[in-house]
Amino acid sequence: MAEDKTKIQEDTRKILVKWKTKRGSLIMALHEIQGAFGYVPWDAMEVVAEELKIPMAQIYSVLTFYNYFKLTAPGKVVISICDGTACHIKGGQSVIEAFEKELGVPAGTTTEDGLFYIQIVRCLGCCGLAPVVVVNGKTYGRVTPLDAPKIVAEWRETMAKEGV
Amino acid sequence: MVELSQEQIEKLKALGRTQKENLIKLGEEFKEKVKNYKASIYTCNATSCHSGGAASVLDAFRESLTAAGLEADVRVVCTGCMGLCASGPLARVEIKGKKAVLYQHVTPDMARVIVSEHVVPALKTEGEVKTSDYLKKQELSLDLPFFTKQRKIVLRLLGHSDPEDLGEYIANGGYQGLMKALTMKPEEVLEIIKKSGLRGRGGGGFPTGTKWEMLSKSPLVDGEKFMICNGDEGDPGAYMDSCILGGGSHAVLEGMMIGAYATGATSGWFYIRAEYPLAIQRMELAIKQAKRYGILGRNIFGTDFNFMADIRYGAGAFVCGEETALMSSVEGKRGTPRPRPPFPTQKGLFDKPTAINNVETLANVGPIMVNGPEWFSEVGTATSKGTKVFAITGKVKHSGLVEVPMGTTVGEMVNDIGGGTSSGKPFKAVQTGGPSGGVIPASELHMPLCYEELKKIGSMMGSGGMIVMDQDDSMVEIAKFYLGFTVDESCGKCAPCRIGGYQMLQLMKKIADGKGTKADVAKIKEIGNAMKKASLCGLGQTAPNPVLSTMKFFKNEYDALLIDGNEPDEENTEKQVKACNINTKK
Amino acid sequence: MVKLTIDSKVVEVPEGTTILDAAKSAQIKIPTLCHHPDLPPTAACGICIVKVGNRMVRSCCTPVAEGMEVITRDPDIIEARRTVLKLTLSKHPNECLTCLKNETCELRKLSADFGIRDTEFANITPSKEEMPLDDSTKSIVLDPRKCILCGRCVEVCQNVQNVWALSMLKRGINTHISPAADNKLGDSPCIKCGQCTAHCPTGALTERDDTQYVWSLLQDPEKYCVVQIAPAVRVAIGEAFGYKPGEITTGKIYAALRRLGFNAVFDTNFGADVTIMEEGSEFIERFVNGKGALPLITSCCPAWVDYMEKYFSDMIPHFSSCKSPHEIVGALAKTYYADKVNVPTEKMRVISIMPCTAKKFEILRSEEMFSSGFQDVDVSLTTRELARMIKQAGIDFVNLPEEEADSPLGSYTGAGTVFGFSGGVMEAALRTVHAVVTGKEMPEDALEVKPILGLDKGIKEMTMDLNGKEVRIAVAHGIGHVQALLEKVREAEQKGEEPPYHFIEVMACQGGCVGGGGQPLGVTDEIRKARMEGLMKDDRGSKQRCSHLNPDVKKLYDEFLGKPLSERSHHLLHTSYQKRELYKK
Ligand SMILES: Cc1cc2nc3c(=O)[nH]c(=O)nc-3n(C[C@H](O)[C@H](O)[C@H](O)COP(=O)(O)O)c2cc1C
Ligand code: SF4
Ligand code: SF4
Ligand code: SF4
Ligand code: SF4
Ligand code: SF4
Ligand code: SF4
Ligand code: SF4
Ligand code: FES
Ligand code: FES
Ligand code: FES
Repeated sequence: MAEDKTKIQEDTRKILVKWKTKRGSLIMALHEIQGAFGYVPWDAMEVVAEELKIPMAQIYSVLTFYNYFKLTAPGKVVISICDGTACHIKGGQSVIEAFEKELGVPAGTTTEDGLFYIQIVRCLGCCGLAPVVVVNGKTYGRVTPLDAPKIVAEWRETMAKEGV
Repeated sequence: MVELSQEQIEKLKALGRTQKENLIKLGEEFKEKVKNYKASIYTCNATSCHSGGAASVLDAFRESLTAAGLEADVRVVCTGCMGLCASGPLARVEIKGKKAVLYQHVTPDMARVIVSEHVVPALKTEGEVKTSDYLKKQELSLDLPFFTKQRKIVLRLLGHSDPEDLGEYIANGGYQGLMKALTMKPEEVLEIIKKSGLRGRGGGGFPTGTKWEMLSKSPLVDGEKFMICNGDEGDPGAYMDSCILGGGSHAVLEGMMIGAYATGATSGWFYIRAEYPLAIQRMELAIKQAKRYGILGRNIFGTDFNFMADIRYGAGAFVCGEETALMSSVEGKRGTPRPRPPFPTQKGLFDKPTAINNVETLANVGPIMVNGPEWFSEVGTATSKGTKVFAITGKVKHSGLVEVPMGTTVGEMVNDIGGGTSSGKPFKAVQTGGPSGGVIPASELHMPLCYEELKKIGSMMGSGGMIVMDQDDSMVEIAKFYLGFTVDESCGKCAPCRIGGYQMLQLMKKIADGKGTKADVAKIKEIGNAMKKASLCGLGQTAPNPVLSTMKFFKNEYDALLIDGNEPDEENTEKQVKACNINTKK
Repeated sequence: MVKLTIDSKVVEVPEGTTILDAAKSAQIKIPTLCHHPDLPPTAACGICIVKVGNRMVRSCCTPVAEGMEVITRDPDIIEARRTVLKLTLSKHPNECLTCLKNETCELRKLSADFGIRDTEFANITPSKEEMPLDDSTKSIVLDPRKCILCGRCVEVCQNVQNVWALSMLKRGINTHISPAADNKLGDSPCIKCGQCTAHCPTGALTERDDTQYVWSLLQDPEKYCVVQIAPAVRVAIGEAFGYKPGEITTGKIYAALRRLGFNAVFDTNFGADVTIMEEGSEFIERFVNGKGALPLITSCCPAWVDYMEKYFSDMIPHFSSCKSPHEIVGALAKTYYADKVNVPTEKMRVISIMPCTAKKFEILRSEEMFSSGFQDVDVSLTTRELARMIKQAGIDFVNLPEEEADSPLGSYTGAGTVFGFSGGVMEAALRTVHAVVTGKEMPEDALEVKPILGLDKGIKEMTMDLNGKEVRIAVAHGIGHVQALLEKVREAEQKGEEPPYHFIEVMACQGGCVGGGGQPLGVTDEIRKARMEGLMKDDRGSKQRCSHLNPDVKKLYDEFLGKPLSERSHHLLHTSYQKRELYKK
C-alpha cells in the first residue's frame, strides 16, 4: 500500500509539471490523472492540492460535481451504455437492463470480481447507430438486449486471453 | 498530410516570403498534388462511421488500390461526417469526368469489390462501368432529397476534404476570411457580421455581431480579453458540433480569430466535451498547425494582431454548456452558473471580458467574411438568417447530420430529408431543443424552423437536436425522459430547479405508472411555473418545457393515464402505461 | 446616483446598489433566504425574485439601472415565491419545536410570513439514519437535513476565512454541505471558528449546545460553579433582549449569572490583564533581550491556534506560549481561588461565557488545559447559549439591577476589555510593554493605537518607537487575511532577512471577538463596529486602563505567581503547540 502511494504521488507530480504554470488547470489535471490511474485516488489529490495550491475541499467538490470523474477504481472492462435521446427512443433502457441482468450489478457499479463496470452515458455522438454501447473503446451499434450476453462473453474471453 | 518541415519553412522565410504567402503556397502545393489524381475515394471516418468500422474500410481501399497499382492515381481521403450516419460507413467514389457514386454500409470486403468492380474498370476503360448487383444494392442516390434539399455553408467541406490537411483547407478558401478581415478595421468586420444577421447557434439565438460589439467596447483587463468556443454540446442526441469540430476544426478556429480581431480579444479557449475525443484531437492538431504556420501567435500575417488559443475539456456536466457555468468550469471550478449581470462581455472568464460563441456560430463567420453579409442574409427567413445544422435522429429513415436554410418546414425535414419514419408508422411529433425544448406535433408540419416560430410553439431551436417520434412513442415517457435528464444534470445551486425538478419527476413517474391524479397535473404546472420564473439559469428555466409542451399538445395521453382523467378508458390506460414503461427502468 | 421606480415609487440610490437594498431604502422588504448582508450574494434560493419589465430577476444580486421599473409584488411573483418556499420546505424536516435555531431561524420565519399551511409536495427529507448529524467537533454541529444549500457557510468558510473545511459535494438533488471526502468536521481542516454557524440561516449549522449540561451542574448541590464572561459578550448579549448592538450590559450579566445559580461570578477581562503581563514579558524577552524568535505572535484565539497548527506549523517558535485569558482564569480559579475560598478543586466547575465556538474545543485541546490537575475550564458556552439560559430561567434581563463581579478574579482594567476587538490585544500589550521598557506610563492620549484599530482593512500595520528602537507591528483579523501576512514572514525567514514584523496579533473572526462565531446572529460590519465602540467606551470609562495597574493582578503575582514567566506561571498559564494534519482519513 505504502509503495502504491509513493508511486501514485510520483506519477501525479510528473503529470502536474505542465499544469502548474497554467490557469484553470485543475480539471485538465484531473483528466490526466484519471487517464493514468483509471480513477482519481486520494493520494493523487493530495499532490494536486500541494502542487497546484488548491484546497482539498475544492478538488473534492469539483470531482464530485462532474460525472466523468471516478473516485474508486472501476472494473477492468468498462461498458458504457448510451442513454441519450436517440438511443433511448430506440430502446437503450432495455439494453441497460440486459447488461445489468447479465452481470448482476446495477449501472454505476463494478462486478464483484472487479472485471466489469457498467456506466450510463448520454450520447456518444454516434446516434446514427443507436442504441450504442462502447466497451473499452470498442463501439457496438444497433445493440439489442440479446446482444448483451454475447458482448459480455466476448470480453470475458478477451480478458482471459490477456491473463486477467 | 502536407506539412512543411521546419527546414522548408526556414527556406521559404529566407526567400522573403511572408507567413501569408507561405500559406497560399501550401494551398497551391495541395492543388498541384491532387491535379495528378484520376479519382478520389472519400471515406467517412467521423464518429459514427468510425464506430461502424470505417478505419478498416480505409485500409482495405488503400491495400487493394496498391495491389492494383493505382495508389498514385487514386486519392483515398479520410473525411468528416457525410451526413447519412445511419447508413455508414459511407464512401463516395469520384472519378474525374464521371458522376460521383455513394456507397453505404461499406465493409472492408465491399471496399475491395468497389476497387475491383468500379474503380479499376473506370480508370482503365473509357465507357460505362457496370458493377454487380451486390454493389448496386449498396449504392445511395445522391439525388435523394436528403442531399438536394440541403444548403451547406458550415458543412461544406465535411465529407469532401481531409480535415487534417491544412493545405486542402487553404485550397478550399480557408483562412481567406481571416486574411480579408485583417485588411479591414475591426469596426468594419463587426459591421459585416452585424449586417449578415448571424445569430448564435448555441440555442439562444443572440445576434453574434451585437455580442461582439459589446465585447469590443469592454476595455482590456490586465491586458486581456477572451473568446470562448462553446463545444460542450450536452444535448443528448445531438452531435452537430462534434462533427463540425471533428471535420472542420480550422473553420471554427478561423471564425474565432475573426471575432478576436473584431473585438480585440487576446486569446481564445475551446471548451470541448471530453466524450468527443475526435473533436479534441482535431482541434489540437488545428492549433498545432496554426501555430506552426504563424496563423496563431504574434503579428499574425504581418499585422499587429496577436492571438493564442488553448483547449479545455468538459467533464460530464450538461450545465457547463451554460455560458457562466462554462467559465467556472474553465477556471477549474464546479460548473455552477453565476448571476448576470455582470455579463460575460463585461466580466467573464477569470473576471475578464469574454464572448462565448457556439461552434456552429463560429464556423459561419469565415464564409460570411469571404462572401459578404448579403450572400448570407439572402438565405433564411426575415429574422433567422443563413442555415442551421440539425442532427435528425429517432424514428426516422435517414438519420444523420443535415444543414438546411432557416425556414425549412418541419414537414420537409421529416418527410423529404428524413424520408419519413423508419418504422413506416404514422409520424407523431418531433422534439427540438433537447431537454430545454418541446414537441412539434404532426399537425404543425407546415411550421418553418426558425428561432421565433419554435419559441412560439413552446420549444426552441436549441443547438439542433431533432428527435422524430412515431405513433408508438409515448409522449409522457419522452417528457419524463428529458425531465430525468435535467434532474440528473441540475447543478443543484438553486432551490426551484434542484427540488422543483426532482419533485416534478416524482409526479411524472406517478402519472406514467397510471397512479396520477388531476391534482398531480396541477402541481406539475405549479412547479413548472415556479421553475421558469425563479431558476437562476437556463437549465432550470427551460427544464419544464418538455413536460409542459407535451401536456399542451398531447393532453389526451396524460388524461388517459390519470385515475381521475377525463375519459377513463381502462384499455387505453393500460396501453399507455405499458408504452410509458416500455423503456423505463424498474 | 441612479434613479428608478420600485412599485411605482421613485427611488434614488448610489450606482451599484442592488434592487434588494434599493427597495429596503424605500421601506419595501423583499423576502430572502440565501442573502446575508455580510456576504456577497450566492443567488441560490430564488425567493427574492422581482419583475423588471417582463423579466424575473433576483433582487439580491441585480444592480439597479437608470430608469429601471421594478415590481416587487404581484400575484405572479408571489405565487412563484410561495412555490419555491414550499419546495424548499418539502426537503426539510418539520422539527422546529426541538430545533436549536427555532427562535432565529430565517426559514421558519419566512414560512410564517408567507402563511404556508401545507407544503403540499411529498416530503423527501432523508431520515436521520440516511443523513446523520455531524457532532464530531466539540464546537459545532452540522445537521445536513436542515440545510437549504444557501451557500453562506461555504462562502464564509472558503472565501472569508480561507479555511476550506466546508464545501458543496455532488450536484443536483444530491448536493450537500460537507468536508472533502465526506469526512466529519472533526477530521477536517475546520478550525471551529463558528463563522458558519453565525451565518447559517437555519438550524443546519449551530454551536454545540451545552446548556443542559450547565443546568445539571448548577442544580447539583455538590458542585461549586464559577463563571466568567469574555470581553465581547458584554456588548452583544443585549441584542437578544432588544438592546442595540454595542450597549454595555456587564452589570446585568453578572446579576443574571448569580440568579442562574453560579457560586462566583468572574470576568475573563481579569485573565486578559494577566495574559498581557505574561505575553508582554515574552515580547520584552524576545525584542529587548533577544531571547526567542521574532515576530512574536499572539495566541489567545483558539481558532487561530488551530489554523496555525494545521496550515503554518513552521510558525510554532513564533507563537506566544501564553494561554488565552479564560484558560488563565480557569487555571487560577482551580488553584489560587480554590485555595482562598477553601473549595476542594474536584468540586469546582468553571464555566466560560464566550463569543466563541472554538473555546469549546480549546478547553480540551492539550494536556496543558489540565494544569490545575483538573480540567481548568469545564464548559464553554457561547453568548447565544447564555442568552437562551437566561430566557429559560425566566429572568427579566432588561429590568435587572446591575451587580458587580466577585473578587479576586473579577476586576479588570480597560486593557482587559479591549481584548474583545481586533487590535485590542496589541493595544493592551503595547500599553504595558511601553511602561515596563521605558519606565514611563503611556500618555493618556496615546493609549488608543488608532492605526491598528477598526475594520476597514484585514491587515493593519504600524510602527512604534520603543526606547529608540522601532517596533514593527501587524494586526490581522478574519483568518482569511493571515496567509498573506505569514507568507511574508516565512519568506523573510527563508531568505535570512530581518523579519518584516516584530509583533503580530491575529484574531480568526472579522473584527475580532466582537464578531465571534458564538455571538448573536445577523452580524454585519455595522454591528461589529457598534460592539467595538461599546468596548472602547468601557475602556475609556475604566479607572485603570493598563493591565499592570490592576491591583488584583499585582496581588496575584505578589501572593501566588511571583513574577511573569515564573515557573508557576509557566506551569499554569502557558501551553505548547504541535503540527496537525488537515485530514484524518
Ligand atoms: C443548460 C444550458 C446548456 C447549454 N448548452 C450549450 C451547448 O452545449 N452548446 C452551446 O453552444 N450553447 C449551449 N448553451 C447556450 C450557451 O449558454 C450560450 O448561449 C451559447 O454558447 C452562446 O453562443 P451563441 O451565441 O453562438 O449561440 C446552453 C445553455 C444552457 C442554459
Ligand atoms: S454525425 Fe454522427 S455519425 Fe455522422 S459523422 Fe458525425 S458523429 Fe459520425
Ligand atoms: S437553474 Fe438548475 S442548473 Fe441552473 S443554477 Fe439553478 S440549480 Fe443550477
Ligand atoms: S431549521 Fe428552521 S425550519 Fe428547520 S426545523 Fe429548525 S427552526 Fe424549523
Ligand atoms: S406552532 Fe403549532 S406545531 Fe408548533 S408547537 Fe405550536 S401548535 Fe405545535
Ligand atoms: S467553524 Fe469555521 S472553519 Fe469550521 S466549518 Fe465553520 S467556518 Fe469553517
Ligand atoms: S449549512 Fe446553513 S449556511 Fe450552509 S448551506 Fe446549509 S443552510 Fe446554508
Ligand atoms: S476571534 Fe474571538 S470569537 Fe473568533 S475564534 Fe478567535 S477567540 Fe473565538
Ligand atoms: S443518443 Fe446514444 S449515441 Fe447519441
Ligand atoms: S459519420 Fe459517416 S456519414 Fe456521418
Ligand atoms: S436572496 Fe436572492 S436568491 Fe436567495
